[in-house]
Amino acid sequence: MSAIIELKNVSKSFGGITALKKASIKVDVGEVVGLIGDNGAGKSTLIKTLVGVHAPDDGQIIIRGNEVKNWNASKAREAGIETVFQDRALCPQQSIVWNIFMGKELKHRFGFIREKEQVREANKLIREIGFTSKLIDAESPVGNLSGGERQGVAIARAIYNNAELIVLDEPTTALSLIETQKVFDFVDNVKKSGRSVLFIGHNIYHVYDISDRFIVLDRGEVVHQLNKNDIEGPEALMKVMKDAVSKH
Amino acid sequence: MSTKENIFKNLIGKNGRALGSLGYFIILMLVFLIGAPEVMMRPNLHQSVFVMLPVIMFMVIPLVFLVTAGEIDLSFASTFGLSAYIFALLLKAGLDPLLCILIGILSGAVVGILMGCLVVYGRLSSLVASLGALFFIRGFLFVASDSKSISFMEISDHWIYDVLVGKLFGVPMQVYWAALFTIFSYYLYRKHVFGIHIHHVGDNPDSAAQMGINVNWVRISAFMYVGLGAALAGIFSCLINFTWWPTQGFGYLLLALAAVFIGGTPTWGGVGTIVGAVFGVGVIAYMEVGVVAMGMSGVWRQFFNGLIIILAILGHRFHGGRVR
Repeated sequence: MSAIIELKNVSKSFGGITALKKASIKVDVGEVVGLIGDNGAGKSTLIKTLVGVHAPDDGQIIIRGNEVKNWNASKAREAGIETVFQDRALCPQQSIVWNIFMGKELKHRFGFIREKEQVREANKLIREIGFTSKLIDAESPVGNLSGGERQGVAIARAIYNNAELIVLDEPTTALSLIETQKVFDFVDNVKKSGRSVLFIGHNIYHVYDISDRFIVLDRGEVVHQLNKNDIEGPEALMKVMKDAVSKH
Repeated sequence: MSTKENIFKNLIGKNGRALGSLGYFIILMLVFLIGAPEVMMRPNLHQSVFVMLPVIMFMVIPLVFLVTAGEIDLSFASTFGLSAYIFALLLKAGLDPLLCILIGILSGAVVGILMGCLVVYGRLSSLVASLGALFFIRGFLFVASDSKSISFMEISDHWIYDVLVGKLFGVPMQVYWAALFTIFSYYLYRKHVFGIHIHHVGDNPDSAAQMGINVNWVRISAFMYVGLGAALAGIFSCLINFTWWPTQGFGYLLLALAAVFIGGTPTWGGVGTIVGAVFGVGVIAYMEVGVVAMGMSGVWRQFFNGLIIILAILGHRFHGGRVR
């Protein structure tokens, strides 16, 4: 299997505080990778570096075998990496359509928006991911939606762009049980379609259920990596994580 | 609820701010009409308003972009003077007027870019940084011009004078140009990726950055548009008056900002309305003459201006607060 993205010895610090220390990870085609670690382990920093929101201080970012310089969020999206951020990265005062197409608008020549097409596509997506409320149409502001519905918009955005790798940063935080199940179904569908997922969560049961491979992060370093068939059950994974962290 | 009702509600909901501004404009005109029917029915009063109204429009419309982007600029009132000064100097040096205008507009855009860079890369509050630039540029103008005005009556013989500020069907040409500028800006604001990114950046700059929008560039270009608009306003003002003078444009500072907010664009960023701003400009342009027309002595003018502004902004509160 070949890697969609590979981070090699990536370091990042914020004003004297080291958030990432020579971290190396890769995501192969068609696999679901679970990234685990305690609060402050550097999960979010690693993700934000991977998707180009933070520029790394040091290290390499390799996309499908080629190193990319000046990595940024726009390049990540062009490379087929879509992210559902922990804060969902939405603009609450803007419509669902504008949020779904944020940063990747459907344009005519000269940069004018293909408005009708955007609305049509957005309405289709809303139905696909199962918005329950009939009153919601693609032109209502995101600020009127519930937490689960907002997550739906963030996921719709990731689906629309046909990403090869979807990064989910704590996607089930503050969601109801049914909404959480929807997110899991979504991950399953992505996997079935042969695309890859990088899943970050602090609920080890969730991460265990959906991932094929695990990466354990502690204080900015990758301390352990293992496959699902190396262990039996989430408790075993928890133990491995604890051992790896205590040795570190 | 029937669909018809829904559509109607939606229409009001989406255009509430613009409709509100239209409402204030109508109320204001009614008050003046009732208070001073004879004066308000005189066509030459409206003609005199329409001479300078377009100049305010050139300043206010780009400000809607900037305020929507979550920033503010005060320096435009001095950029107005600077671009007009450059235009006047080049004209006096014997350059072709069309070239003078183009260079003048370009200079405004450059000042806007510099202003934007100062805010973005200097990580300064746009309010404070542009306050500094406001005085700095104006101070420079006083020094450079030795506080002397420049007049150029000869411009009225050039074709460009007729094209830009002549008359067509009895209406000053600048009205047509301002209308064209406003329509162009409306499409830029609502239908173009530039305007949409401005909304995103003003609403939630972190989200915009995470989605790969170049937030710095969007902010700088919004400042550039304000500079460009101020330059247009300055040059039109020069052409209308055949004169450049050192304090030119300074008086528009607070009125133009008031027009943005009366127009229904809130201070918090992410939303705004171009159509509303047009009515905001209408309110500003008429309130000056209207208060005097109603027979109030000039000393009451500012008092009533203030009252009108406060009432209008209070009214906009009812269009709903900020959605989070």
